[in-house]
Amino acid sequence: MPLSLILQYLFSGITAGAIYAVIAIGFNIVYNTTGIINFAQGEFVMLGGMIAISLGGFMPLPVAVAGAVAITALVGGLLEFVFIRRMKNPTVIQMIIVTIGLSILIREAALHVWDEKVHSLPYFTGNEISSLRIFGACLSPQVLWVLGTCAAVVAGLSLFFTHTAAGRAMRACSADRIGAMLCGINARTMVTLSFMISAAIGALAGCVISPITSTTYDCGTSLAVKGFTVAIIGGLGNSAGAVVAGLLLGIVEAFCISFMPMSYRDVVVIAILLAALSLKPSGLFGSSASHALKEF
Amino acid sequence: MSLLEVNNLSKSFGGLHAVREVSFCVEAGTIHGIIGPNGAGKTTLFNCIAGSIRPVSGGTIRLNGNAIQDRPPHEVAACGIARTFQTIKLFSRMTVLENVMVGCHTNSRGSFLSGMLSLPFARAAERKVREAAMEKLAVAGIADLAKADAQQLSFGQQRAVELARALALRPQLLLLDEPASGLTMHETDRIGELIVAIRDSGITVLIVEHDMSLIMTICDRLLALSSGQVIAGGTPREVQADPEVIRVYLGDE
Amino acid sequence: MRRLSFACFAAAIVVVQVATGLTGTGYLLTQLTMAAWYSLVVVGLCLLMGYAGQISLGHAAFFAIGGYTTAVLSSVNLLPAKSALPVRALSAVGLTIGGTDPWGSAVLRLSPWISLAAAMIASAVVAYGIGLPVLRLRGHYLAMATLGFGIIVYRIALGTPLFGAADGLSDVPSFPLFPGLCLDGTRLHRVSSYYFSWFVVLAVIVLIVNLIGSRAGRALRAIHGNEAAAQAMGIDTSRYKLHLFALSAVIAAMAGVFMTHYTGGIGPGETSVMKSIRYVAIVAVGGMANLWGALIAGTVLNFLSLRGLFGTYDDAVFGAVLIAMMLFAPDGIVRKKRI
Repeated sequence: MPLSLILQYLFSGITAGAIYAVIAIGFNIVYNTTGIINFAQGEFVMLGGMIAISLGGFMPLPVAVAGAVAITALVGGLLEFVFIRRMKNPTVIQMIIVTIGLSILIREAALHVWDEKVHSLPYFTGNEISSLRIFGACLSPQVLWVLGTCAAVVAGLSLFFTHTAAGRAMRACSADRIGAMLCGINARTMVTLSFMISAAIGALAGCVISPITSTTYDCGTSLAVKGFTVAIIGGLGNSAGAVVAGLLLGIVEAFCISFMPMSYRDVVVIAILLAALSLKPSGLFGSSASHALKEF
Repeated sequence: MSLLEVNNLSKSFGGLHAVREVSFCVEAGTIHGIIGPNGAGKTTLFNCIAGSIRPVSGGTIRLNGNAIQDRPPHEVAACGIARTFQTIKLFSRMTVLENVMVGCHTNSRGSFLSGMLSLPFARAAERKVREAAMEKLAVAGIADLAKADAQQLSFGQQRAVELARALALRPQLLLLDEPASGLTMHETDRIGELIVAIRDSGITVLIVEHDMSLIMTICDRLLALSSGQVIAGGTPREVQADPEVIRVYLGDE
Repeated sequence: MRRLSFACFAAAIVVVQVATGLTGTGYLLTQLTMAAWYSLVVVGLCLLMGYAGQISLGHAAFFAIGGYTTAVLSSVNLLPAKSALPVRALSAVGLTIGGTDPWGSAVLRLSPWISLAAAMIASAVVAYGIGLPVLRLRGHYLAMATLGFGIIVYRIALGTPLFGAADGLSDVPSFPLFPGLCLDGTRLHRVSSYYFSWFVVLAVIVLIVNLIGSRAGRALRAIHGNEAAAQAMGIDTSRYKLHLFALSAVIAAMAGVFMTHYTGGIGPGETSVMKSIRYVAIVAVGGMANLWGALIAGTVLNFLSLRGLFGTYDDAVFGAVLIAMMLFAPDGIVRKKRI
C-alpha cells in the first residue's frame, strides 16, 4: 500500500477516533459522577448536529454551533432533572432501561421533528473539495477542525476539573458522594451538571463531524456503542485512557475497512468490544483489582 | 490427620499483607475459634478457606488431606464446607423454607431437563429436600417461620435461617463469620447452645467472633490473629493468659 | 393453583377464537398468531431477566438465527442430488418434501422439522459461545455486550447476500407439522395455525413453570437473590446462567422458525436493536419475574403494534413504555403473583 494511502486511512481513523474519544469522555463524566452509563449519550451527538443544521439556516455557522451546544446541554440537564432524578434507589437494570428508553424517545422525536433524510452541516472552512496535501495524502480541512476541537475539549475539561470549584466539586462527588455532601456540595446539582457537560461536548462533537460523516436521526446508536467501546478499552472513568483508546480504535477500524465490505464496518468495532469485555473489562489502563470492587 | 490443615497461608492485596504465613489445624469434632482485633485478617482468612478470595498468595489449605485452596466457592461447598456471612446474605424473594432448601442443593439431584419435564424422580427428590429443610429449621428453632418472607424477619431470626441453610448442606466443617454480631445477650446464649449442639452432632465448627464471653464458653480451641499473623493458639484459657494477646487487646476481655 | 392457571389460559385461547369466528373478525387471528410467536420470545426473556437477573439487549438476534436458519435450509433444492445416499435416506424417513417452486418446476426440499432442529441447535451453540465470556460480566457491561451481539447479528443479516441482505428471504415454504396441520399464512390454515401457536406457548409455559419449581429453578432464583450465597451453597452459578441463557435462546429461535414459516419470510428488521429493546420493554411491563404478566403484556402490546395502532410512533411508544415502567412501576403493572 503506498504511503499516501496509508496516511489517508490513518487520518481517517484518527478523525473518527477523536470523535469516539469525545463521546467516551461524555460517558465517563456521567459515570464518574453517578455510576450510571447514559445510553442516550450518542443521541446528544446527533442532536448537536441536527440542531446546528437547522439553526444554520438563519444564523452564521459559529452562532448555530454555539446555539446547538447550548440547547443540547439544556436537553441533557432536563432529561436528568425530569427522569433520572425521580428514580429512587434504582437497580442497575432499571437505570439501563431508563436511559435506553430516553435514547429511543430522543431518536423518535428527532425523526418527527426533522425527517429520516441525511443532513450535514457546511464545512467550517472551505468545502467538500478543498483539501490539504500532507505527505501525499489528501485531507479535508475539517479534519483539522475535528482534531482541534477534540483536543480543546480534553484540555478544557482537564482545566475545568482541576481549576474550577465546580469541577473539583464534581470530582469530589465521584470519589465519595456522601463525603462530598457533608462538605456542603449539592450532589444532585453535580449530577445535573455532569449530564449537561457531557451533552454539550457530545453536541460539539456532532457539529464538528457532521460535514464529514453527515447526520441522520438514527446515527446516535452506533456512535454510542463505539463510544462505549472506547470508554471500556480506555478504562471506564479514565478520560486520558479514552483518548488513547479512541485513537487506536479509530485507526483499527479505518484499516479494517480497507479490506472488508463496508457493511461489516460496525462488526469490527463490536467484535473488539466483545473481546475487550471478555478479556479485560477493566480496560487497557484499568487495574483488575479495583475493577473487581466496582459496584455493579 | 486433622480435618482442616492450613499451612503458611498468605494473602496480599497489592502492598497490603492481609494474611501472613498463618498455620493451624482444626481437629474434627471441635469448635475452633478465631479472634483478633479489627483488621487482623480473620475474614480474609475465612474467605480464603471458603474460596471466595483467590488465588492465595502462598501456602495450602487441606481438607482431609485434599488441597482446596484456590478452588471456587461452589467446589469448596461440594467438598463439605458450609459457611455463613458476616453481613447476612439470605436469598431475596424467597421464603425461609426455600432459602434452606437451597442449602440442600449439593445433596440432591435434578437438572434443567428433569425439572422442566417434572420427571418422577425429580419430584420425589424435591419432597426429600423439603423434609430435610424442615428438619434443619426445627433444629434452629424456627420451624414456625417456614413460609415467611426471609427478608421480613428480625435480625436474630435471619441469622437462624442462615445457620439452618448452612446446616442443610450436611457439612463436615461449618464456618461461622461473627454469628453473634448484632444479637442480644439472650439471642447470643441461644446461638451458643445451638453451636454446641451442632458440634455434638458431629459437625466441626470454625468460628470468627468478637464476643469474648461466647468464645470462652463454647470453644475447644482458640487461634489469635493480629495484623495477619498468628500470635497465639491453644485452649481458651491458654490464649487468654498469653501476654501477647493481652498486649494486643490492651487487657480487653 | 397452577393447573387452574393453565386451564384458564387454554380456555381463553379457545374463547378468543370462537369469538372471532362468531363476529366475523377471523382476520384478527393472523395477528394473534404472530403475537403468540413474539410472546414466546418474551416468555423466554422473562425467565432470563426475572429469574436469573440477566439482561439481554440482543435477544431478537436469536429469533433471527432461528428464522434465517430455517429460511435458508428449507429453501435448499435437493432435486439435483436426488439419488445421493443422504437424500434417499432422508426421503425414506419422510424428511423430505416434494413440491413446486413459484415458477412451476419440481423441487425436493428438506422437511422443516430438520431446519427446526438445526435452528435450535445453532442458537444453542451461539448462546453458549457468546454466553461463556459475556455472562461473567455484570450490569452495564453485560447489557452492552448483549447489545453489541445483537448489532453484529443484525449487520451480518443485513450485509450478507446468502441471507438476502436488506430484502431478507422470502418464499419460505409452509411447515407441514402433522397430517392435517400445516403452518402457513393461508386462510385455510388460519384457525389451525392459531391453535398451534398458542398451544406451543402454553406448552413452553408449562415447562418453564415446572423448571422454576424444581431444584434447578430454585438454584436460579438463589443466584438472582444473592449470587455469593448461592455459590457458597454449592451452586455453580456460571454454568446455571449459561444453561438458562441457552434455554431462552432456543425458545426464541423456535419462535423465529415458526414465525418465518407462518409469514413465509424473514428480514433483517427482525433482529434490529429496536426489536430486542421491545422484548425487554414488554418484560418490564409485565413485571420482571412474572411469567403471566409478561405473556399478557406481550400479547397485548404486540397485537396492537401489529395492527398498526401506534402508526409511525411505534418505536416511541415502546420507548415511552420503558421509561414509564421504570419510573412508576419497576415491578411491572400486573401485580406479582407467586408462581
